[in-house]
Amino acid sequence: MKEKNGVIGKSVKRVDAFEKVTGRAKYTDDLCDRNAYVAKVLHSTIAHGYVKSIDTAEAEKIPGVVRIVTCFDVPKNYFPTAGHPWSTEPAHQDVADRLLLTDHVRYYGDDVAAVVAENEVAAAQAVRALKVEYEELPFVLDVHKAMEDGAPQLHEKYPNNILAHTSIRNGDYENAIKEPGLKKVEGWYQTPTVQHCHIENPVCYAYMEQGRVVVVSSTQIPHICRRVVGQALGIPWGQVRIIKPYIGGGFGNKQDVLYEPLCAYLSTVVGGRTVKLEIPREETFSSTRVRHAIHFHIVSYVREDGTYAARKFESFSDQGAYASHGHSIAAKGMGCFPQLYPCPNIEADTYTVFTNKAASGAMRGYGIPQAMFAMESHTDDVARALGVSPYEFRMKNVMPKGFTDGFSKNVNYYDTFRECMEKGRKEFGYDKRLEKYAHQTGEIRRGVGMAVFWYNTGVWPISLETSACRMVLNQDGSIQVQVGETEIGQGADTAFAQMAADTVGIPFEMVHVVSTQDTDITPFGTGAYASRQTYMAGFSIRQTGELLKAKIIETACELTRQMKENLDVVDGNIVRTTDGDILMSLGELATEKLYSLTNNGHLTAESSYQIKNNAYSFGCTFVEVEVDIPGCRAQVTDILNVHDCGQLINPALAEAQVHGGMSMGIGYALSEKLLYDERTGRPLNNNLLDYKLSTFMDHPDLQASFIENYEPTSAYGTKALGEPPTCSPAPAIRNAILQATGVALNEIPMRPHLLFDEFKKAELI
Amino acid sequence: MEEKKNPVMKHAVMTDPGSGKQYKLVRCRINGVERETMVDVRASLTDMLRNDYSLSSVKKGCEVGECGACNVIIDGECYNSCIYLAVWADGKDIRTLEGLMGPNGELSDIQQAFIDEAAVQCGFCTPGVIMSAVEILESGKEYTRDELRKLLSGHLCRCTGYENILNAVEKTMKKRLSEKEAAAGQTAE
Repeated sequence: MKEKNGVIGKSVKRVDAFEKVTGRAKYTDDLCDRNAYVAKVLHSTIAHGYVKSIDTAEAEKIPGVVRIVTCFDVPKNYFPTAGHPWSTEPAHQDVADRLLLTDHVRYYGDDVAAVVAENEVAAAQAVRALKVEYEELPFVLDVHKAMEDGAPQLHEKYPNNILAHTSIRNGDYENAIKEPGLKKVEGWYQTPTVQHCHIENPVCYAYMEQGRVVVVSSTQIPHICRRVVGQALGIPWGQVRIIKPYIGGGFGNKQDVLYEPLCAYLSTVVGGRTVKLEIPREETFSSTRVRHAIHFHIVSYVREDGTYAARKFESFSDQGAYASHGHSIAAKGMGCFPQLYPCPNIEADTYTVFTNKAASGAMRGYGIPQAMFAMESHTDDVARALGVSPYEFRMKNVMPKGFTDGFSKNVNYYDTFRECMEKGRKEFGYDKRLEKYAHQTGEIRRGVGMAVFWYNTGVWPISLETSACRMVLNQDGSIQVQVGETEIGQGADTAFAQMAADTVGIPFEMVHVVSTQDTDITPFGTGAYASRQTYMAGFSIRQTGELLKAKIIETACELTRQMKENLDVVDGNIVRTTDGDILMSLGELATEKLYSLTNNGHLTAESSYQIKNNAYSFGCTFVEVEVDIPGCRAQVTDILNVHDCGQLINPALAEAQVHGGMSMGIGYALSEKLLYDERTGRPLNNNLLDYKLSTFMDHPDLQASFIENYEPTSAYGTKALGEPPTCSPAPAIRNAILQATGVALNEIPMRPHLLFDEFKKAELI
Repeated sequence: MEEKKNPVMKHAVMTDPGSGKQYKLVRCRINGVERETMVDVRASLTDMLRNDYSLSSVKKGCEVGECGACNVIIDGECYNSCIYLAVWADGKDIRTLEGLMGPNGELSDIQQAFIDEAAVQCGFCTPGVIMSAVEILESGKEYTRDELRKLLSGHLCRCTGYENILNAVEKTMKKRLSEKEAAAGQTAE
């Protein structure tokens, strides 16, 4: 729905921008009492083994130490951490494999003990003074080795360390590959372990109030966090209250419940006093969550005419030590394989495998940046093998308009891929560049490449999709809006305000979105993930806005004696539609109603909406690179992303979202990798100097472009945009390097170490 | 004489007999106001600004000088306050984001530009970046976009791809320079 003269589709300023440019926006640590106790965690210094004993004597002597808790002291309530909606069916529940602290350590950095102290220095000194005796076990860092018989076992219930294995069998692959005249193209593709690098580290503080535990946390998922804290502490979920203030980025890491349960527990063992647990940057890398590294194998059998006869897909996803989001990520990556380039004969298998490394969880794109690197690199390999243009090959084979996915029931309502590709091709001057860079020989070469991406919106039908909203009318005709969907930097609150303004019929400035979620007050919603915010919250905002508007009109009938069919709320006024007369302002109406001695009432509305839809959200990247062959360096010189995320609620914020995703995608392609020491399992570059995320100097200006096909299933015509921009830059860059040098790199990051090896093999150096 | 050469030694160290912690008086100007407080000699300037003066725009992203979130201006020059000891601030002029706003709540041009250019997302790197922008703008020099990238490269941001931040800084720089030029033109007449 788009109101005439409405605010949807306009680039209004962010509702939180003023607070953020003045330093007044309060984040978790800004709100914490300066005299709170400080907690620190002792992490294991071995990759696998058992804690035999912990000697706390020296640590206890340190002045200011209040309490030391070890893995032998905590309750044995195993809990899951993934930010998924809870399932009341045990078979669909997340794997509960975590304890607050553990004596069976499964990675270098696992949580062994915690200290509560009066100040940070005492806490740090006490952690250093703890003496841990370990019984070491062999460990394994590689997914393939972890699957071998006799490999070190991380969890009893999962033989060969396989957390899960799922398959797709469409048609008859074995028979289809026998067709005469087929060309076989095969490749292995590797993506790295990377980290979210939100600039605010995970931080929370907990205290007790009226016998309940309150946790203020930098989380994307307050209502889920409440449930998990309850599970971990073994207390009723209503005994837990989670408050989420402004947060300094999340990107999926804070879509896991990280240290909130431990912090809550620590407060309970020090008499409910306030305990703050701030995770330093180094520990954020080593001991929170990372993106799954995935090893892919793709085989395509393709006909001379450029159509697919049969395709095979295998992937091996590195879960790290604990299940977290588990197999969902690898499964999502596999799920799009038969959809992106439909082919009747498909054989696909994906394995999620435990290794002795930090647990992998959700990260912007949820398995699709990995899958797109493999699939879209492979697409160029196939086009090259056939001697056809990679662009034309995609145009021929990519998902057509009208395609319907049997499982999700998603429908490709428009010819989105082709529209985005055509737009990108024109805007980027792709053809000209392709021709210009076709036959280069020098040491410095340029190349152009592209890749498409598949994405969807939210988690239905795999999990619950629901959103709830509350609106409260004030005396002046302004409203408060509350939803469980969280502002994490993406601009969700602003988009929600735009939706509410147009639905209720009031000016944008009169909508106050309550940015803080408080599980005692905020209607139930599952939080920020799966690029679900505008789409999913849209349903409950629309429904609740209509409910509030109906109540307003009803009140207007009483006050103006006009029939409700002739009344509307427009721009904050009660308008008689028959002649356009303004009968009263909404402020007059609200004040009259709220203080009426005869017909009093407070106008509010609240409703929840279960969403049984999902929506495709597609697009592509066009990129130009410059490759310094002797220097073994590739850099991006120009890049464009094109998205169809439906109707744009706020074009300027949408563009800003795309920029951020592209930057993360460029880092993924060229520089980011969390390294582990083969001998010890210790992370080697768990800091922001040695871990190379994109800086101001690492990429050129970023361009974003949109196709606005109105999403028919959506409350406001919109769909996913948060994660999609990260999905296609890496394969596009890889394909541009291929065009520039003729070298097909099948691994990211494509840093000098890799380019040196591959250029040597190709005899370029 | 020795004490004058080294401002850190200007005030005596006090030792708390109970905890053994050492404290020192730090007198400095913060956002235009003379302030003084006793600080733990091990405290960083970030700690002092956040904990003693509630200047919560000074953010902690790494506490080892990698991310730039804690950046403040000391005697006209930008520093990562997390790796600057609080005791070194004695006698210094310190400016944080809180000091940019006018007496009646007016935003400075660079703050307004961050809003207008959609250069703010999660907002956690924002205060530090704006203070670097202030240093750049106050130099009165004109920089190319590439030079601006280099000057701002001490700040990490994971939300914006840096694009709109650069736009905000570049536009404000150009606006200030053209205003300066116009003012100089008028004076010449």
